Amino acid sequence: MSASDRKGPRSEGWPGDLPVLLPFAIPENAPPARLRPVHGWLLCGLAVVALPAWAQAGTAALSPLDVVVKWAPLLLTGFAFNVAISLMAMAIGTVAGIGLGLAMLAEGRVLPRIAWSATQVFRNVPWLVLLFFVMFLVPFQVTVFGIRVPLPDWLKATFGFSLPVMANVAEIVRGAVRSVPNTQWEAAESLAFTRRQTLWRIILPQCTKRMLPPWMNVYALIAMATVQASIVGVTEMLTLTAQVHAAEGGRPELFAPLYGFALLCFFLYCYPIDRLTAGLERRFETR
Amino acid sequence: MVSTPSPSWTPDQPIVRLADVHKSFGTFEVLKGISFDVRKGEVVCIIGPSGSGKSTLIRCVNALLPVTAGSIQVEGIEVTNPRLDKLALRRKVGMVFQQYNLFPHKTALQNVMMAPIHVLGQDRHEVEVRARALLAKVRLAGKEEAYPGELSGGQQQRVAIARSLAMRPDVMLFDEVTAALDPETVKEVLVTIRELAEEGMTCMLVTHEMNFARDVADHIYFTDRGVIVEHGPPATFFAFAQDERTRRFLSQVL
Repeated sequence: MSASDRKGPRSEGWPGDLPVLLPFAIPENAPPARLRPVHGWLLCGLAVVALPAWAQAGTAALSPLDVVVKWAPLLLTGFAFNVAISLMAMAIGTVAGIGLGLAMLAEGRVLPRIAWSATQVFRNVPWLVLLFFVMFLVPFQVTVFGIRVPLPDWLKATFGFSLPVMANVAEIVRGAVRSVPNTQWEAAESLAFTRRQTLWRIILPQCTKRMLPPWMNVYALIAMATVQASIVGVTEMLTLTAQVHAAEGGRPELFAPLYGFALLCFFLYCYPIDRLTAGLERRFETR
Repeated sequence: MVSTPSPSWTPDQPIVRLADVHKSFGTFEVLKGISFDVRKGEVVCIIGPSGSGKSTLIRCVNALLPVTAGSIQVEGIEVTNPRLDKLALRRKVGMVFQQYNLFPHKTALQNVMMAPIHVLGQDRHEVEVRARALLAKVRLAGKEEAYPGELSGGQQQRVAIARSLAMRPDVMLFDEVTAALDPETVKEVLVTIRELAEEGMTCMLVTHEMNFARDVADHIYFTDRGVIVEHGPPATFFAFAQDERTRRFLSQVL
C-alpha cells in the first residue's frame, strides 16, 4: 500500500480506511521552522490586543487599555527621556572611549597601562554600581568661574552610563586596531609616516567598518540599561510607569498593561537596532 | 623636522655600509656579523636558504628592526644611533615587501600619492602628475582608480614599487618581492625592477630568483645561518662557488 492511499479519506479497501488516528509525521518537504522578525511583530500585536481583553475580567473604573491610552503621552515622554539619556551617554562614552582605546595603543609604558586598567575596571563592574557611584559622589552643582552650574539627576545618570560605554568602546577600538595586520604598520613606517599619521590615515580608516556593529550593540545595551536610572530616582519611563500605576490606585490588573507598554516601547526601539547590527555584521563578513 | 645632515658623505663613498652587524631575537642570534658595502647605482642580491636571516638583514637597513651590535650607515647616517631620525632615514630608503602591503582602503593612485603629500608635504597636483607617470612607468596606466583588492598580485606589487618610488628614494630594498606571486606575474615585476636598476637606482634585493640575480645583480651575497658564506659578481659566483654549502644550495635551486 502506498502512502497516498493511506492519506485518501475516501479510499476503499482495508485496513487503511479504518478511522484510526495515524501517528504524527513531519511532512518531508516542510520548511524548517525559524523565528523571523514578523513573529516578533505578531507577538507584540497579540499582546496589545489580548491584554485589554484579558483585563476586562477586572471591574469598573477605566479599562486597562483606556488607562494606557490616557497615560501614553506622559509615558512616551518618559521613554523619550530614556532615549535622550542613552544617546548622550553614547556620545560622551564614544568620544571618551576612542581616547581611552588610543591611549591603550600609545607608545610608552605608563599611559597604555593606566588606560588598560581603567578599561578593565569599567568593563567588569555592574553598570548599576557605577551609576550609584556617580549619583552619590558627584555634587548636585558645581561652581565654574563663579558660575553655579546645576547638575540634575538625569545628567549625572548620563555620566554614569557613559562610563561603561567608554570602556566598551575603548575595547572595540583596541580590538579593531589590533586586527589590522602588522604589515600595514610596517609599510607605513617604511614610507616615513609618523605613528600618529599611520594610525589616523591608514589604520583607523580600515577598521571603522569593523567597529560599527559592536558599537551599535553597545548602544542597544545602554538603551535598555537606562531604566536602571529609575532605581536612583531619575524620572524616566519606568519611574513614570510606577507613578501612573500608583495614581490609578495600584490595581493589580494594571501591572501587565502598563509595564507591557514599557516593554513594547523598548522592544520596538531596540529590536530594529539589533537587526541592523546583525545585517551589517553579515555584510562586512562577506566582503 | 630637520633631516640629519649626512656628515662627510660623498657619492663616491659606499651608499650603504654594513659593518659586523649582529641581530638577536631573544637568545637566538639571527645575524652573526655581516659586513659589506653597496656603492651608488649598484644592484646587490642577497640569496640563501630560508631562515638564514636575509629578510632580517634588509629590515635592519631602514631601521624597521634595531640591530643588536655593529654599524649600518646609509649615506653616512648611522642607523644604529639611538637618537637616529628614523623618518629622515626612511625618506632616503624605499622598501617593497613580499605581501605588497598596499593600503586596501585607497586606490592605486592614492596609494602612490599618500606619502609624498602627507610625509613630504608636497603639492597635491604635482604629486598626482608624478604618481600617474610612475604608474604608467610600471605599466599600470588605466588602473589608477582600482583598489588593491581588484588588482592581481603582480599588479599590486608594481603599485607598491611605484608607491615607494614616489618618495624619490636613493636606495630601494626589495624583500622577496616575487615570492608570493604566481609564476606568470613574476616576470612583469622583475622587468620593472630591472628597468629601475638600469636607470641607476641602488637596489638591495633578497630573492630566490637565481636567473634574475645572474642577469641583473652586480654582486651576490650568499648567506647561511647568519653569516655571509660566499660572495662575488654573478659570473664567478655561479660558476666557481667554493663553499660546500653554496654549491649544495645552488644545486637545489638551479
